[in-house]
Amino acid sequence: MTRIDRKFAALKAEGKKAFVAYVMAGDPDAETSLEIIRGLPGAGVDVIEMGMPFTDPMADGPTIQLAGQRALAGGQTLQKTLDMVLAFRETDDETPIVMMGYYNPIYNRGVDRFLADAREAGIDGLIVVDLPPEEDAELCIPAQAAGLNFIRLATPTTDDKRLPKVLTNTSGFVYYVSITGITGAAEAQAADVGPEVARIKAKTDLPVIVGFGIRTPEAAEAIASVADGAVVGSAIVKLIEQERPVPEILAYVRSLADGAHRA
Amino acid sequence: MAEDLINSFMTGPDENGRFGMFGGRFVSETLMPLILELEEQYENAKTDQSFWDEMHDLWTHYVGRPSPLYHAARLTAHLGGAKIYMKRDELNHTGAHKINNVLGQIILARRMGKTRIIAETGAGQHGVATATVCAKFGLKCVVYMGAHDVERQAPNVFRMRLLGAEVVPVTSGRGTLKDAMNDALRDWVTNVRDTFYCIGTVAGPHPYPAMVRDFQSIIGTEAKEQMQAAEGRLPDTIVAAIGGGSNAMGLFYPFLDDKSVNIIGVEAGGKGVNAKMEHCASLTGGRPGVLHGNRTYLLQDDDGQILEGYSISAGLDYPGIGPEHSWLHDIGRAEYVSITDAEALEAFKLCCEQEGIIPALEPSHALAHVMKIAPDLPHDHIICMNMCGRGDKDIFTVAKHLGVDIDTGS
Repeated sequence: MTRIDRKFAALKAEGKKAFVAYVMAGDPDAETSLEIIRGLPGAGVDVIEMGMPFTDPMADGPTIQLAGQRALAGGQTLQKTLDMVLAFRETDDETPIVMMGYYNPIYNRGVDRFLADAREAGIDGLIVVDLPPEEDAELCIPAQAAGLNFIRLATPTTDDKRLPKVLTNTSGFVYYVSITGITGAAEAQAADVGPEVARIKAKTDLPVIVGFGIRTPEAAEAIASVADGAVVGSAIVKLIEQERPVPEILAYVRSLADGAHRA
Repeated sequence: MAEDLINSFMTGPDENGRFGMFGGRFVSETLMPLILELEEQYENAKTDQSFWDEMHDLWTHYVGRPSPLYHAARLTAHLGGAKIYMKRDELNHTGAHKINNVLGQIILARRMGKTRIIAETGAGQHGVATATVCAKFGLKCVVYMGAHDVERQAPNVFRMRLLGAEVVPVTSGRGTLKDAMNDALRDWVTNVRDTFYCIGTVAGPHPYPAMVRDFQSIIGTEAKEQMQAAEGRLPDTIVAAIGGGSNAMGLFYPFLDDKSVNIIGVEAGGKGVNAKMEHCASLTGGRPGVLHGNRTYLLQDDDGQILEGYSISAGLDYPGIGPEHSWLHDIGRAEYVSITDAEALEAFKLCCEQEGIIPALEPSHALAHVMKIAPDLPHDHIICMNMCGRGDKDIFTVAKHLGVDIDTGS
């Protein structure tokens, strides 16, 4: 059992929905980034999703693209991201951390070395956007063997025929992408998302968390009410882009978390 | 794999879209059902005679195929060695080989009921070819082009707009070809129902590398027949320039199992293939990685971040290369070399002066390598190089590098 499995079991026991917050590691700089991440659990975040910066984030909209560029310009590397998790774990051994990003920096480091380092640092799960089930042998299966959750994206284009393939080898939770599109783009609609989440839940016992296109506490509440939880990324990252003070960023995260937890 | 190699180099990719370890389908889940559908539809079309009848009709009457195989007699005499032939794909409608592939993909898109075509372009040749075929069929066309390229390739931007395409300048990342491809993928992921992504080279997720190769193979198939007619035998060496590698793959593929034929791909060496990375030579200066849906050789830093390539030729300015080339490189069936900007410019000038052909900067790289090897080869050694594009689009760049003011001519 990973921290992710324990967290969802605890939320289920309390009858609570999950709130997942995404921030880019090293954005706007390593120090501020660590300060923000350390503040997330206190702001009501159940699971932290940490972006690993990449030069070519094909599934991300402008907000996350720019966050990655800021981090890279500030000298963020995969090693520094791993170090950041290690530093976070000095004061928090409970909150699950999921790393989200693209395959090349991991492949470049070497899959076995990356997995050993990730486990050592205290990472619980991975979301790698450009590794569909067809490429499971690359990282998904080795990651599960190393004791990490491999969280898969399901999307509006994942039809019933394909869904079992997507759910096989998925662990931790299922991340339902609410729209066809990139992060921070169109607004997610609870009326569309609800039936889709039900369709997925009919095929799996894993929690189904919804992300993409959720920006406000009201939206977080509406989406979380038809799923097991909601993810907000771009709306938080936008505040970092605007160089808002960390307490202000965390206050907004708190309002989002409260929204999701009201559901 | 080893057994396959003994029998044929032409059986790839496998059912997972792999050429050895290269290729694959590294895309987001949203796109996965789309590329599986594309693969199925392409497999159907490939064995459907009516599909190829339509292709050949348009290749003949719209593109102007077959392109000539031309004996470059003065250049041969000038270099004093091997006998040099040029496959004249620069004479195609729109001025390059790009349209061979675009026709295939757009006919396929029409069969699939898609009404909106998107494409990425660097130098603008693939964008112009796509805009052209979309105009011919009355399809909506959106071309993504790096903002930097929009600036340096203004004539092609105007051509695309004349042809009714919407040209979107890409400012994400550093505004180059790879960023244009990222934005095209972002468009596709957003407009999954009505949109067909027409990729311009032998890269991207399976089935694109194989499909684009198959459409471009008309180059090598014709060259082989034409060489038989002219010389009664196969060429000894075939040479082509490589950015993503579609003109090269098109020439090479029909010759892969002809073991007597030396195959040489020429990458853009920019200012020199060294640690400063001011080049686009992915095979000679990069290492394997995953980008844009496939595993292949890439220019990248120590942390796996993708680097920008550099070349005088905007058409070669891409930090990756088609996965089949990576495989041919690793197994040694083809040789890959690089040519610098300065060497390509020399070849450009020589071709104008000796043959009355203004070549594009891309095939100028191939020609520069021919200039290096031809003098030391015997007179009965036959080289066939792919003149894959004409140089009209490049005269401004060349003038700048030669220190000529094109408005005053001095």
